[in-house]
Amino acid sequence: MKAFTYERANSLAQAATGSTKPGAKIIAGGTNLLDLMKLQVETPNHLVDINRLPLDKIEDTPEGGLRIGAMVRNSDLAADLRVRQRYGVLSRALLSGASAQLRNKATTGGNLLQRTRCYYFYDVTKPCNKRDPGSGCAALGGFNRIHAILGASDQCIAVNPSDMAVALRALDAQVETVNADNATRAIPIAEFHRLPGMTPQIETTLRQGEVITAVTLPPPPPGKHIYRKVRDRASYAFALVSVAAVVDAAGGRIRSARLAFGGLAPTPWRVAQAEERLIGASASERTFDSAASDVLNGARGFGGNDFKIPLTRRTLRAVLTEASLT
Amino acid sequence: MDENGHRGGVPITRRTVLESGTVTAAFLLGGFPQIALSAEAADTETAITPISVELQVNGALHRLTLDPRTTLLDALREHLALTGSKKGCDHGQCGACTVLLDGRRINSCLTLAAMHDGQSITTIEGLADGEALHPLQAAFIEHDGFQCGYCTSGQICSAMGMLSESRAGAPSYVTENLVEAQPALTDAEIRERMSGNICRCAAYPNIVAAIKQAAGAPT
Repeated sequence: MKAFTYERANSLAQAATGSTKPGAKIIAGGTNLLDLMKLQVETPNHLVDINRLPLDKIEDTPEGGLRIGAMVRNSDLAADLRVRQRYGVLSRALLSGASAQLRNKATTGGNLLQRTRCYYFYDVTKPCNKRDPGSGCAALGGFNRIHAILGASDQCIAVNPSDMAVALRALDAQVETVNADNATRAIPIAEFHRLPGMTPQIETTLRQGEVITAVTLPPPPPGKHIYRKVRDRASYAFALVSVAAVVDAAGGRIRSARLAFGGLAPTPWRVAQAEERLIGASASERTFDSAASDVLNGARGFGGNDFKIPLTRRTLRAVLTEASLT
Repeated sequence: MDENGHRGGVPITRRTVLESGTVTAAFLLGGFPQIALSAEAADTETAITPISVELQVNGALHRLTLDPRTTLLDALREHLALTGSKKGCDHGQCGACTVLLDGRRINSCLTLAAMHDGQSITTIEGLADGEALHPLQAAFIEHDGFQCGYCTSGQICSAMGMLSESRAGAPSYVTENLVEAQPALTDAEIRERMSGNICRCAAYPNIVAAIKQAAGAPT
């Protein structure tokens, strides 16, 4: 690990100011950042610890949603009774991720900022445009079983590893931030993560010195909440394909559906056309297949990950079948 | 002083220097040989500013002066000589380093000691009551919940945390009804909730049996 100076923030203003220094990073749970620092994938020269900031509350909003403090631990968010009752897809997504020990540490804000699990990103001896812009992408012609089939560029085909963010995408969450000048922003989750394009090193629309303070959820959409995660082990593994679904169906018809996908793209993936196609449609295999084709529009495999295309189709079919059972 | 920290025949380790509590320029240069002394390197390397950390470990208060990079695991093992918590992967994947932080299980390898100033940590060394083993420790012995034993302290600390999560009604990924107040601790639930602890001897069936027995015992 490279040497760094350590600062404990006692206020949001101090955290924001501290994190504007060149080379500075905020540390919350630290489960991803320290892992990467040990490998010198991340080499901050200053750490601003925000663990003592009072951002650990989950509050009801006047609109009937929830406001989740950035420092709410993944385990506490998953176990919150309001989340279990009204946002089951979020609870399930969180519980499917990492291990209990990691969830006790990992935070809501930190989960949104976790880096890809691409092996070449982790291996500092290999080219990686995300870690070392301009060095190339070893995954393109390499072992790319876990990589993106949607939203990738010729610079980077890494996927976002978060389960939580996939559920938040289905729920239309917003990310609240504050900066050193005390200016606040509410960023829709759809605009929070960026596609790699020519700059895969820039993963979010967060600005230097901007601190995530909370994630807000609008009132829960009606319907059955499902998080289906397909992975190499039954537990404690990243998604090859995951589907966060909130589907309102009755009498063999779908009234509304929200579908977000993990493991497929550099960002949590959602396709409006697939959801529109399902509105009022009969809950049949033909409908589900058409929706899958909408989701997979433009999908491209790179050899090792070709299987994700049929796997996505089958996983979505299974989810929609389960959702339309009464 | 040579590269191993020997000076004039008196062995000086990073631990002894740090625990003396006095920080001198000689310590900074001698204790951290990886920091180059040239002005050129000084531009790219951040100077190490030792920090003072107070940890309440198994009920005893310890005051340490540490390199900020020191993980909680290294503070426990290298500075407090509590070697029960093991370093398996050092990347949060194996669970051998599991300890309880204010009663909650965490991977001590993936957190900095500095982040836990003033907090309370329980390690495997803190579970027994004198010579009387904790019910989980006794159950692991009774059910042969290990072979080589390297993962065992992490397994037992993790099981401690897991049982209190379960008693608090926390669901897991395999809990069918998310809003159930108290999901039953079935074998499938124990396996899912303990998936952050790897046992390469594969003593899993016995670990599940031990935890199941302890779950019914007063802890």
